[in-house]
Amino acid sequence: MKVSLEWLRELVDIDQSAVELAETLTRGGIEVEDVEDLNKGFEKVVIGEILSLTKHPDADRLLVCAVSVGHEEVTIVTGAQNLLTGDRIPVALIGANLPNGLSIKKSKLRGVVSLGMLCSREELLLDDTVGLDRSSDGILILPSTAPIGESFGHYLGLDNSVLDLELYPNRPDCLAMVNVAREVASLTQKKPHLPKWADQSQVLSLPVATDLRIIIEDKDLCWRYAGLMVEDVHIEPSPEWMQRRLKAAGVRPINNIVDITNYVMMEMGQPLHAFDREKIKGNVHVRVAQPEEKIVTLDNVERTLNPHTLLIADDSQPLAVAGVMGGLDSEVTETTKSLMIESAHFSSVSVRRTSRRLGLRSEASNRFEKGIDVSGVVAALGRVCDLLQDLGAGRPVAFVDEVKHIPPRRQVALSTERTSTVLGIELAVSEIHQVLEDLNFEYQENDGLFQVQIPTYRSDIEIEEDLMEEVARLIGYDRIPTTLPQGDQTQGRRTPEQEFRRRMRKVLAQSGLDEVLTYTFTRAEADAQWGSAKHSIPLLNPLREELGVMRTSLIPGLLDVAARNVARRNTDVSIFEIGNTYWGDEQPLKKLPREELRVAAVAVGKSDRHWFNQSSSYDFYYLKGIMEAVAQEFGLKLEYRLAENQSLLHPGRSADIYLQNECIGFLGEIHPSLEKEWGLERAVLFELEMEPLFKKIRQTVRAHSIPRFPAIQRDLAVVVAAETSAEAVMSKIRKLGGNLLQHVEIFDVYTGKPIAEGHKSLAFTLRYQSLERTLTDEEVSLLNSRILEGIQQDFGAERRK
Amino acid sequence: MIYLKSEILRIKEEALRNLRELESPEALQELKVKILGKKGSLTAMLRQMGSLSPEERPIMGQVVNEVRSRLEQAWEERSAELEAMALQMRLATERIDITLPGTRISRGHIHPLTQVIEEIEDIFLGMGFQIAEGPEIESDYYNFEALNLPKEHPAREMQDSFYITEEILLRTQTSPVQVRTMEKLHPQLPVKIIAPGKVYRNDDDATHSPMFHQVEGLVVDQGIRMSDLKGILLNFSREMFGESREIRLRPSFFPFTEPSAEVDVSCMLCGGAGCRLCKGTGWIEILGSGMVHPKVLEMGGYNPQAVTGFAFGMGVERIAILKYGIEDMRLLFDNDLRFLQQF
Repeated sequence: MKVSLEWLRELVDIDQSAVELAETLTRGGIEVEDVEDLNKGFEKVVIGEILSLTKHPDADRLLVCAVSVGHEEVTIVTGAQNLLTGDRIPVALIGANLPNGLSIKKSKLRGVVSLGMLCSREELLLDDTVGLDRSSDGILILPSTAPIGESFGHYLGLDNSVLDLELYPNRPDCLAMVNVAREVASLTQKKPHLPKWADQSQVLSLPVATDLRIIIEDKDLCWRYAGLMVEDVHIEPSPEWMQRRLKAAGVRPINNIVDITNYVMMEMGQPLHAFDREKIKGNVHVRVAQPEEKIVTLDNVERTLNPHTLLIADDSQPLAVAGVMGGLDSEVTETTKSLMIESAHFSSVSVRRTSRRLGLRSEASNRFEKGIDVSGVVAALGRVCDLLQDLGAGRPVAFVDEVKHIPPRRQVALSTERTSTVLGIELAVSEIHQVLEDLNFEYQENDGLFQVQIPTYRSDIEIEEDLMEEVARLIGYDRIPTTLPQGDQTQGRRTPEQEFRRRMRKVLAQSGLDEVLTYTFTRAEADAQWGSAKHSIPLLNPLREELGVMRTSLIPGLLDVAARNVARRNTDVSIFEIGNTYWGDEQPLKKLPREELRVAAVAVGKSDRHWFNQSSSYDFYYLKGIMEAVAQEFGLKLEYRLAENQSLLHPGRSADIYLQNECIGFLGEIHPSLEKEWGLERAVLFELEMEPLFKKIRQTVRAHSIPRFPAIQRDLAVVVAAETSAEAVMSKIRKLGGNLLQHVEIFDVYTGKPIAEGHKSLAFTLRYQSLERTLTDEEVSLLNSRILEGIQQDFGAERRK
Repeated sequence: MIYLKSEILRIKEEALRNLRELESPEALQELKVKILGKKGSLTAMLRQMGSLSPEERPIMGQVVNEVRSRLEQAWEERSAELEAMALQMRLATERIDITLPGTRISRGHIHPLTQVIEEIEDIFLGMGFQIAEGPEIESDYYNFEALNLPKEHPAREMQDSFYITEEILLRTQTSPVQVRTMEKLHPQLPVKIIAPGKVYRNDDDATHSPMFHQVEGLVVDQGIRMSDLKGILLNFSREMFGESREIRLRPSFFPFTEPSAEVDVSCMLCGGAGCRLCKGTGWIEILGSGMVHPKVLEMGGYNPQAVTGFAFGMGVERIAILKYGIEDMRLLFDNDLRFLQQF
């Protein structure tokens, strides 16, 4: 809502500057988003008169003008060709900063000093409503009545500020100047000047129209419809003051009748529409459209309607889309002689739907959507009568008022005690009296309990809490002290699951992975590739097609992030995300889907580039190592089995991950055939479900004592076939080593000479130790050779020499 | 005896001379054995004392002991000298370029939004709040209706939603967790929770992301006052943005609170004097709040005549932007490592 201060001053006394008033309103709950100084750019622009025009001595295309700016005469050089001696024109003096950004400085044009600039419409960002027709060819030429020397902004009525109100949906009343004035009055303890037109008497004294009836067919969609019949209509431009106010409010002036309807709408919040009376055949019907019914609206577009559209129609055809836009046929034109001016209520839901569907949003539809004051419908027509008479635009002759429903005036109780308790302020009864006086609400009080009559324009006040807010905002939110809740003390702590997630994130970050956060909606094809197309949930109205489905896997998001970074030459990427995946079990969804928390990682490039050692590429073992760190952190035993799905991951470099025989995720290198699609070479990745991990985490640690007897360590290197699994050999070693084998670890894997083709060497360190005694060399050697024999037998291993 | 004595003194002189020339601890030890060892020359002298008269023996013994202790002392001194020399040598040869970078410990980074959420959580945990959660894919009922936003309520327009069906949508706010929590806990008192999480709105520009994060807060108990809301939020603001922060409340509107308040914190950059960050006002809007609307309490299963409550909701991105001075919100979801690795 754009509020012109010049206009507002007519309705309430204001002794604050525009900026101060904006602050008062904002602190009072009516947020002022912007204060626009209309005169900006017009400082140092004055009205001048051309005294003489002479050719520039050294330039054919330039003129040297002597210009009177009132108290002095200045010389200005111009290239314009549309000037005559005696023309009145806007003159930008030295120091002016014009609306188009131009700064005016003293200059010399081919030897002649120029002390300013004559301005065109373009330079002043003005439209063709200002100035004479000749202005379009160059300098803006003003009527000969323009006072020489006067500030140009003042001349145009632009020495004014406009407050742009950002209204919350609960305050549609402030879409009316009178209610903004009431608000200012309440917040600054003034009385608003609500003039005579605030009553309906002059409309009610008119005869009821007999030649036209209003027929409301659906009383839920239209509670009230009033029409004012006007004769002797005389169409002309509206007066300057009215045009100026409309422009300041952001409304384009059209003609006196349309301007009056818009003016009253801005002033009183009631949208109005003027019909050419002669175009209405028979009665006025407020009804929904027939299927496929058509109307050509004011913007000259034929619109096909549906049975949700509320129409104003006569006996034969639609006249207007109710509350949204008039029809071209019944439009007020220069030849219009008589009018019906509509002032009505239309259902906010209906207007919203229709304006959305037709893509037509206007000041009127906006007010209907937010709800208008049904009680004020006729008062608005009273104001119209006033203005018709003031402007000599027509003569009101009759009226109709069809009423289906007027919401009763509410009475709301307000207890001083409860208000004090809820706000936490000790309030005196007299303070509440003062607030209600300032609000200009009618009330009665008995022993601190108020019965408040809520004015019909304050539709937002329904319950006691709403009045408490009025009290709080009028005495000022700053009066609320700071206290702490008095009740039982509580202990705050994370649930074990919340703690688990947090620890997981820490372990992964400490292992060198960077956390990323990606959108949870993604491309359908990418999600189908890594997740489950069968379960993925599409959005009805995605932002873009590539954000069309809720993810069932975190991998596509991570691959996208990795690829984007690599493309930006962040070549080494190791990232993870912990986030939900979303699983629909039916299409369309009937109940809320499952949300499954997962953790996933992607790494590509090299790890740890450093000056003293070789960096190595991220590979399968890098992420496996991180997964082992996770397993160790939470006391989990993860198993790695050859991956079943071999289309996404490199078949020789991938594993399914099992936890107690349940597959909970996978780990591997991206399949070479997918590298191109994702723009990544040798990316490795994993994805795990979080919940099964959480369920199996070690709850407490059972400590083991440290062995008292010395350990004996032996190394064992064997050559086996290349495809032999190291884990299999290790578990055989463990089995054969029994209790005395405390620890076995692989410390080297080698292929190449002198190891025969198709073979590899595995080297283990075995640590023998007893909890009861010191072991002898002999028994350890015996055990060691038994182990060697065992693996020779099972794996065809040979001891490496 | 004269011979013996002069021989001892000769051994001493020679040993002391040799001692000065020796360069290694090993050679030093070798010489020591050669003189003082079982088969050493001085020991041999001692053995010859048997040939002396009982009167001469003590005199001679004293000479030998004196020489022995003199030599031992010399050895120790020389050995200390050598050790010191060796140490000097080692220090000189082991010099490194301390300006080369240290061994890189591979360390990842937690996303700034996660860090902010955890910090907010920790502050409220410290004030006795629990952390509640709710689904991101929500029903129209919890996201709107139970929050006093019936269908066709104009305030629904403030939030453009992503729909899945007519009745199921991506939650536009963390507020549905309010009602879910009350339903779960009632009639238990007090209710004291925060609910962090992802929320979604159909919007994408320099200042809006279609997915973003909020933290909701809810306290319900007997006698909860609006001044308690102010107290809790002042504590929070000071812990989050610094001890000297002040807050102010401004009237606002949310369908699920009444009275409602927008909360501003005094500018963390200029301290309230007015600067570019606070657009000259000295205040920065950080969250929305208010007293829980009676209808919402009712829908959560509580009697609004018996209990009151307050609720608040803040945008995590906004707090992160303020806290870290982030220029463009889109950086938070762009996941460029050069950005993420600063945190």
